[in-house]
Amino acid sequence: MNKNMIITGLIIFVLAVLSPFWFNIITTIEAAPKPELLGNAKEEKKCVLEKYDMRANHPSLLDEWRDSVVRDSDRQYKAANGHTFEMSLSTGKNSCLGCHEDKAKFCDSCHTYASVDPYCWECHTNPKEIK
Amino acid sequence: MNQKYLIPLTTVFLLFLVAYTGVEGAGLHQVFGIFIPYLAVLAFLAGFVYKVLGWASSAVPFRIPTTCGQQKSLPWIKQNCIDNPDTSTGVLLRMVLEIFLFRSLFRNTKAAFNKNESNTLSYSWEIFLWLGALAFHYSFLVVILRHFRFFTSPVPSCLKFLEYMDGIVQLGLPGLFISGAVLLLATLFLLARRVLDAKVTYISQAADYFPLFLIIGIAASGLSMRYFTKVDIVGIKTLTMGLVTFSPIIPEGVGGLFYAHLFLVSILFAYFPASKLMHLGGIFLSPTRNMANNTRAKRHVNPWNYDVKTHTYEEYEDHFREKMIEAGLPVDKEE
Amino acid sequence: MSNEIKPDELLNKIDYAPASGNWMDTTGSVQIRPGMYCYAAKAESVQTLSLPNARPWNPLEEDWKLPDNWQEIIFQAMKERLERFRTFKVFMDICVRCGACADKCHFFLGTGDPKNMPVLRAELLRSVYRNDFSTAAKILSKIPGGKALAGARPMTLSVLKEWWYYFFQCTECRRCSVFCPYGIDTAEITIMAREIFNLLGLNIDWIATPVSNCFKTGNHLGIQPHAFKDMLEFFVEDIESLTGVNCTPQFQKKGADILFITPSGDVFADPGTYTCQGYLILFKYLKDKYGLDVTWSTYASEGGNFGFFTSHETMKRLNAKMYAEARRLGVKWILGGECGHMWRVIHQYMDTMNGPADFLEIPKNPITGTVFENAASTKMVHITEFTADLIKHGKLELDKSRNADRIVTFHDSCNPARGMGLLDEPRYVIQNVCDNFYEMPPNTIREQTFCCGSGSGLNAGENMELRMAGALPRANALKYVHKKFGVNTLGTICAIDRATLTTMCEYWVPDVQVYGVHELVGNALILPGEKKRTENLRLEPMTGFEEEDDE
Repeated sequence: MNKNMIITGLIIFVLAVLSPFWFNIITTIEAAPKPELLGNAKEEKKCVLEKYDMRANHPSLLDEWRDSVVRDSDRQYKAANGHTFEMSLSTGKNSCLGCHEDKAKFCDSCHTYASVDPYCWECHTNPKEIK
Repeated sequence: MNQKYLIPLTTVFLLFLVAYTGVEGAGLHQVFGIFIPYLAVLAFLAGFVYKVLGWASSAVPFRIPTTCGQQKSLPWIKQNCIDNPDTSTGVLLRMVLEIFLFRSLFRNTKAAFNKNESNTLSYSWEIFLWLGALAFHYSFLVVILRHFRFFTSPVPSCLKFLEYMDGIVQLGLPGLFISGAVLLLATLFLLARRVLDAKVTYISQAADYFPLFLIIGIAASGLSMRYFTKVDIVGIKTLTMGLVTFSPIIPEGVGGLFYAHLFLVSILFAYFPASKLMHLGGIFLSPTRNMANNTRAKRHVNPWNYDVKTHTYEEYEDHFREKMIEAGLPVDKEE
Repeated sequence: MSNEIKPDELLNKIDYAPASGNWMDTTGSVQIRPGMYCYAAKAESVQTLSLPNARPWNPLEEDWKLPDNWQEIIFQAMKERLERFRTFKVFMDICVRCGACADKCHFFLGTGDPKNMPVLRAELLRSVYRNDFSTAAKILSKIPGGKALAGARPMTLSVLKEWWYYFFQCTECRRCSVFCPYGIDTAEITIMAREIFNLLGLNIDWIATPVSNCFKTGNHLGIQPHAFKDMLEFFVEDIESLTGVNCTPQFQKKGADILFITPSGDVFADPGTYTCQGYLILFKYLKDKYGLDVTWSTYASEGGNFGFFTSHETMKRLNAKMYAEARRLGVKWILGGECGHMWRVIHQYMDTMNGPADFLEIPKNPITGTVFENAASTKMVHITEFTADLIKHGKLELDKSRNADRIVTFHDSCNPARGMGLLDEPRYVIQNVCDNFYEMPPNTIREQTFCCGSGSGLNAGENMELRMAGALPRANALKYVHKKFGVNTLGTICAIDRATLTTMCEYWVPDVQVYGVHELVGNALILPGEKKRTENLRLEPMTGFEEEDDE
């Protein structure tokens, strides 16, 4: 293998390693979504989890809720802050989306940003879409 | 003997703790989140390039492929074009199979000596090292590629497709990525081999255990964040995007485990060029694999070939002339 | 001399599970053990080639009479070789110690000594490389805990002795390299180590003296020109009594078509001599039938090259005679006899070292018209390529039944197998000169072939335990076909094999004889005007050809 081939290979390798850097220079970056409280949520000021806890743990919380509702038909969730909530993602005023009205902003923007594709919406429907 | 793996194990633990406590206790987010990752990438690239250029600067004086099949000779004898290539296409094919499918390792056999019964040696096909190595390398590759979701926004659809395929078993919540689990299992297998096979234990150095423990640490902390302890993904992505766009920021609410994970990755990057992990580059440059076996057909030139003192025919004849004449052997100079 | 240790005792020693412990700590305890090492090079042999530090010395003694600056010499030698050989540099850096090579070495399989695992043999040198040349290891050593990670050790006298002991327990057979995922070739590392030994005057005599002989008299055995001629004429007499045909060869004939070069072992030692007679019969046949003009040379009377086991430079010095003689005689091209390492040198080194051979023609078989494209540059053809081509074109009249007693298997020699890929040519020849051919098990032939255990200059008498241990895997496979198919003949295309495998058979598989492929050809080939043969070249009666009772 001659030197030119080695150096070509090396350049390709370095470019590949640096791809996260130059890729973001040549493409437009979608900025991180800014969480915004809208509608009911803005006024409510209390939720099932604290802010950072919510960001990290909402998927497992929803998972626990699902099991609780489906298997034990227990729909009451007592949060750490003492309040009790209805375990529901999308049905009724007291559900997640009942309070956080805008699914696109509340769910999708972050999920898209982090490239997460939860299968919640294969069964649930965005209440806004029913109307 | 224990030293060989106890020291690396302890080192990886300490490294983990340094980052964890550094962030949680001393609040050194900037150091572990920005400063060290940048340094690690620099060290990785500089070290890698330096090492490969060092190899490239050495000559390849002779064409010495290891031939693993029939040579090209007479037209009616079937040549093994891959294992004994005489063209660059054949070499390319051989290298592709070597690099992507670990073809040589696939041949691996295990020898056993049946003492007392028949005193015979037997060889059996030993596929597990090949399987383990393949599983390890490919799962690691997929894991690395998946992490590009932290470095791109919007995330390209090819990455989403990769995530989809990797999560196709749809197990648990969040959905299991096969690659992560395979990575951890494969590294544990490779570690078990080193510890349990007496021959491999004997040849193993601390430098063999260290990267294994390091990668196990990285995989375990990563898996832990995804499946068990949970982290704020969006927060982490703002940090990683900040890094790759040269406008680093430290998000709030991201805990020590993430920084420990990042620190172990940084250590792996920085350590890489200084270690056996350079086989990543070296496999391309191995003269026993990347050369065509055509030395008799095409002359290979040695850049440093120099003249040597030989014993010439004239010297030989001068020495033996009388005896040669007497024996009736032809000579150049009859005296 | 060969049987100081009994086969059973040798087998009892084998254990593939090495003791625990760090091998680097046990360096000081290296025991150079009689039966496992070769005697030191004689001073005069070293002097003939003007190589450094010629003096009498003994490996068993504490003082090896090294030059005062021996460490500096090693450092410089390694530095120079790292720049000159990419193989060396890359192989020092990229081993991951996966252990795939561990049980591929015949010396490990035969001795169970963990330092005979190829990876460990290389690590003996790597540990010093890391200490002296690796920037990374130097940086690591400064970080707390990094010293353990570096795996380095300084060059000490006991390390040197360990190197010497184990790099003269490697036959450069390259079997490990077939299995290594990065193609790391321990032969390359052994070659470097032996170059370093030669700079310190640490060669073994079984290499140094043949090299010195070859340099002066043209062949390893130091056969002088008149004696060389005498020996061939002695074979001519034997053949004549057997066949009634006079096969007298030509020597140093200017303007001949082909210069023929074969290892001197075939001229000197049984059973190679019978292979040599096979060549004489073949050339006589081709001369009479087709007028092919082949010449031998007493100056270039050595195909083998023990210089290869000394240093690249010495290899080049010995090899130079081939082209020099071909040029002087004005032949068209060169034909090479059956030999292992000779063919590695010719195939992978000769043209590069001593070429270009622009004074020769591209080899063309004048009888069949075949152009040997694969030898277009080096201009040297292997005799089994040549004979296979003749047979394929129906140019040889062969009587297979004269080899009916021979139940044959074929031992691929390491160098033609893994340094060339000459696998099917000899098989084709064998199958056309005898009817009974059986392969040994697949893991022991072709590119996975096992060394005879005595290659690369280790075929001395004093290291017989090592040789017989190293031959165990080959013998074991042979025994298998001996029992299963009644194999009684081990075919080879290597002069060292013919000598060493004979010893191996006596030790491990007593009922098998070793044959060169061209001995089988010599038996089968029907010479024009020959009388009825009743015996083979070994003067043993052939079944079905008994002398008729006159009364």
